[in-house]
Amino acid sequence: MAAFTVARSGGRFLRGLYAFKGLGTGRYGPAVSAVRSVTQQQMRSYCAGHLSVQERIEKKRRAALVGGGQKRIDAQHQRGKLTARERIELLLDPDSFVEYDMFVEHRCSDFGMEADHNKYPGDSVVTGQGRINERLVYVFSQDFTVFGGSLSGAHAQKICKIMDQAMLVGAPVIGLNDSGGARIQEGVESLAGYADIFLRNVTASGVIPQISLIMGPCAGGAVYSPALTDFTFMVKDTSYLFITGPDVVKSVTNEDVTQEELGGAKTHTAVSGVAHRAFENDIDALLNLRDFFNFLPLSNQDAAPVMECHDPSDRLVPGLDTVVPLESTKAYDMLDIIHGIVDEREFFEIMPSYAKNIVVGFARMNGRTVGIVGNQPKVASGCLDINSSVKGARFVRFCDAFNIPIITFVDVPGFLPGTAQEYGGIIRHGAKLLFAFAEATVPKITIITRKAYGGAYDVMSSKHLRGDVNYAWPSAEVAVMGAKGAVQIIFRGKENQAEAEAEYVEKFANPFPAAVRGFVDDIIRPSATRKRICRDLEVLASKKQTNPWKKHANIPL
Amino acid sequence: MASYTVSGALQRVLFGLQRVSFKSRCHVNTTVSQYSTVYDSNEKTFDKILIANRGEIACRVMKTCKKMGIKTVAVHSDVDSSAVHVKMADEAVCVGPAPTNKSYLNMDAIMKAIKQTGAQAVHPGYGFLSENKEFARRLAAEGVTFIGPDTHAIQAMGDKIESKLIAKKAKVNTIPGFDGVVKDAEEAVRIAGEIGYPVMIKASAGGGGKGMRIAWNDEETREGFRFSSQEAASSFGDDRLLIEKFIDNPRHIEIQVLADKHGNALWLNERECSIQRRNQKVVEEAPSTFLDPETRQAMGEQAVSLAKAVQYSSAGTVEFLVDSRKNFYFLEMNTRLQVEHPITECITGLDLVQEMIRVASGYTLRHKQADIPINGWAIESRVYAEDPYKSFGLPSIGRLSQYQEPVNLLQVRVDSGIQEGSDISIYYDPMISKLVTYGSTRAEALQRMVEALDSYVIQGVTHNIPLLREVITHPRFISGDISTKFLQEVYPEGFKGHQLSDSERRELVATAASVFVVAQIRSQRFLGNLRVSSSQQERRRWELSVELEKGVHAVTVSHSGSACTVDLDGKRMDVSSEWNLASALLPVTINGTQRTVQCLSRNAAGEIELQYFGTSYKVRVLSKLAAVLSKHMPEKVPEDTSSILRSPMPGSVVAVSVMPGDTISSFLQNSPQLVTLTGTFKLLSRQQKYKNCNEPLNNGLLQF
Repeated sequence: MAAFTVARSGGRFLRGLYAFKGLGTGRYGPAVSAVRSVTQQQMRSYCAGHLSVQERIEKKRRAALVGGGQKRIDAQHQRGKLTARERIELLLDPDSFVEYDMFVEHRCSDFGMEADHNKYPGDSVVTGQGRINERLVYVFSQDFTVFGGSLSGAHAQKICKIMDQAMLVGAPVIGLNDSGGARIQEGVESLAGYADIFLRNVTASGVIPQISLIMGPCAGGAVYSPALTDFTFMVKDTSYLFITGPDVVKSVTNEDVTQEELGGAKTHTAVSGVAHRAFENDIDALLNLRDFFNFLPLSNQDAAPVMECHDPSDRLVPGLDTVVPLESTKAYDMLDIIHGIVDEREFFEIMPSYAKNIVVGFARMNGRTVGIVGNQPKVASGCLDINSSVKGARFVRFCDAFNIPIITFVDVPGFLPGTAQEYGGIIRHGAKLLFAFAEATVPKITIITRKAYGGAYDVMSSKHLRGDVNYAWPSAEVAVMGAKGAVQIIFRGKENQAEAEAEYVEKFANPFPAAVRGFVDDIIRPSATRKRICRDLEVLASKKQTNPWKKHANIPL
Repeated sequence: MASYTVSGALQRVLFGLQRVSFKSRCHVNTTVSQYSTVYDSNEKTFDKILIANRGEIACRVMKTCKKMGIKTVAVHSDVDSSAVHVKMADEAVCVGPAPTNKSYLNMDAIMKAIKQTGAQAVHPGYGFLSENKEFARRLAAEGVTFIGPDTHAIQAMGDKIESKLIAKKAKVNTIPGFDGVVKDAEEAVRIAGEIGYPVMIKASAGGGGKGMRIAWNDEETREGFRFSSQEAASSFGDDRLLIEKFIDNPRHIEIQVLADKHGNALWLNERECSIQRRNQKVVEEAPSTFLDPETRQAMGEQAVSLAKAVQYSSAGTVEFLVDSRKNFYFLEMNTRLQVEHPITECITGLDLVQEMIRVASGYTLRHKQADIPINGWAIESRVYAEDPYKSFGLPSIGRLSQYQEPVNLLQVRVDSGIQEGSDISIYYDPMISKLVTYGSTRAEALQRMVEALDSYVIQGVTHNIPLLREVITHPRFISGDISTKFLQEVYPEGFKGHQLSDSERRELVATAASVFVVAQIRSQRFLGNLRVSSSQQERRRWELSVELEKGVHAVTVSHSGSACTVDLDGKRMDVSSEWNLASALLPVTINGTQRTVQCLSRNAAGEIELQYFGTSYKVRVLSKLAAVLSKHMPEKVPEDTSSILRSPMPGSVVAVSVMPGDTISSFLQNSPQLVTLTGTFKLLSRQQKYKNCNEPLNNGLLQF
């Protein structure tokens, strides 16, 4: 607790320093300078003679503020990257950052590291808390100008400290990663530091939102911390994530690959699915992160945030009445439906370039954050495959963990057939999405816009998986399979397949079979969908549902 | 709606009353439309009419049919099954797949639809089968009334040579010329004297402007003859010359005529349609600023005499070219309802569709020439899904993600056949709507047009509102100094959008900064959340940097209530609005001046796209800190597209004249090799390669 107090007052000092240097706006100016002058007087009385403590404090603070020195800061800028502190300043509300552990230094005494010129106050990471749009957040920002942002024991300890505190008060943690990796000089201490962070990432998972923004290199064991957090964002062209770099890859597998190809933003957002989204540069990324943060509750004890909204909740969306083409084989863009329905057409898509046959992301309905999942008929007919199942499942679980209602738009012809899928384990991966939807206890609203075929119908937040409100549009077809395939099985070898097909279409290619059984609650006019969802969300706001006690479920990983 | 017979005079009174309460949509209640559908229920016309068209004109015809108590039948292609005209009709029949020659031009299918629905008459609208004599003949054979002129009038006016001969015979002015080879300079002077100056001397074998001279007097004629024959001889090895009347700065002015089957014909004044691109009209108005009553009457009378000469019945249009000295010459006659008919309806109060239906069922005209008024001024802008920055408009396609017509404004009429969510496809004309405004004076109508264009929300497709708004506010247009060359003359380098003046730039910057601040403040308004810092006070002062068209402006915004005070380069601007961030329309008051700005998009990175003066501007607003730091951000190198060939417009590929692996070589800049040909509804586009050509084509290099 003592350390905490020191840290708090440390934060005040920083602000005092800012005010002193004319950097602060002076909102707390008078109060802080009053505190400062009292403290200064006390300090002076304790140590007149030598370099006063006060002077030492200020010297250390000044040193901490420039990190690895101006030369390295310039080099960082030349790479098109901002410094750790500039990033924090952009990310948080002005003058809201309270820094911890500015005086922490590394404890390594090998390889000449103990020399004074090798010690930097604060070491290679800046930590603290602050506000994003007035809401509390804990932040660490790795400082590439100090030993390439490498992770020392002290560095890890600083991160662990703010993570522990974030857990105590229930507030999200944002990590801004820019680190060359382990501090080799520290050996196992550095590895221990990683593990300490991993453990905290895991215990905090599902308790507070954790977000990683990769803004430089992140290699080796370091990658697992972002991998354990809820969202990983990257900056295009300046950030990399890989277990082993191109040189090691060359020596082991004899593959020639560039850093960018191996672990750049494009690779991870489009191919591997490791990162959830990439942004143009540091500034874009940080501004977008502020925007994204507004969708999240602070912890699993808080409800999904509700923001002031100018978009009428009863707005009709006439365009939706014609969005689904009459031919059931013709594609359309599920994003047209999503943009039409949500508040102000604002949709923060997660993983927009990966497994594009499913669309997931955050939006608001009448101001309240919702998670949206939708099959995308434009890509691979919107079928479910390995990647889209995993993408959907992870998103659904996040929403469920953090009290965010889930709205699902269904137009799915089924699971993707083929050896590639079967050998890849579509059974096991498809089960993840099924598991996630079934397990979720947040409000679940489902709209079947067109096809809901086969097992995929069951999976996509169906009534049978405790869907709270399930709607069908008039264009909905809930059936085991499409007419052609069904007729070939039912009327195998019989002539007049066309007639049989027409009969099947008449019977099944409409919402009635599901509606008469109560598997959909209503058949609604597409243009009224927004209105209906907003009303339902209001009703479901007080939904309480729990799963039976268990240590944890055993999702098919 | 009580039925009544109304005399012409009373009708004018009624029309006067309507002007008091104008609205844009026409309903059965005649007091809310600009034209009066005054009908007598004893005057029986048809029970059911099939409209052999789509889009706005089909909807327009149906509106009148509904008012007249006539049942309507729509025909449609399969992609149009949920189109507005289909929903509006009492019955609808699918006549085939999307391509027009398989659906809207498919006579067999349409004849079948007529039989199937028992329609007694067909209104063809414009385009498609409206001037197809074969269609009219087939209808006649089945005993179905064609709402339009008789077959022989369609035929006579459909042929350029024949129509000119008939016109000459009916004493209609035609472009004078000498149908032979001119021997020497003196003969040229003589002929020029006969035709009347100015004349054009051109090489018989000519082309591309070579061997062409314009002469305004005898001296210039002699000189022109000499130069032209020399040039013609050296360029074409053929020095034979022709002379014809040169129409300088021609205006396109047309006369609306209306005739019945009993030999009566009226002229319903003119429409000025000079603003054109690629011979397609863009802005039309009625009346014309250029005509005096005498010219108008002379043109009207000639138009009527032409109509009578071909025993015309129904509504038709006689097109004239008018030169700067008010000489007018017959161009052609359109034997159908014109696209731009609403402006005539606005100034005359007549419902042309109703008159067509009446005439088709054999009634005589209810009006005398003296009953036809010019009441006020009407302007029509054709709103197209087109990119005005490419040759004044190349078609674009897409889904109308947001669409809001300015129908809440007074004296605005929007004729459209689409709605939010409609698709603009490559199959049909990319017209979105006809925006018509009306006023007691031209200035009033123009002012309304500005307001209507500013309040027209179209998102999802590229549209030509930037061009329309520039045209109608251009000093030359306002003064009436226009010709068919207006666009080429005013925008010789192509249309580049609205050019901001310094004060407009300041207004735009101030608006963008205010939108940014309002959005930032709102993003801190969490409802019912107790975990928002209570110690913080709402920020009142914002230091921002606003980037617009490569210029960066330092701006300070202070905010209280609905008003933002923006300090920009020492100038104070008060920006206030209701700040509804959910609506694209953003009515703002800047230093007391009201402006309708549209906020087209807004993102977290501070990029705001505003439509201002019709043109959309990308503005970037950053905090001062972010702006300072942005100098460290790396410049992104745009993708090198010099070796990629992209079609300038959407369309279907008509022809590809290269194969993968071919080398495209072009040694001369002016003889590029044709690579592909793409086409849409009315346009063919050649894709040619000018640069970086000496490299083999890979598969996939051609992008469409």
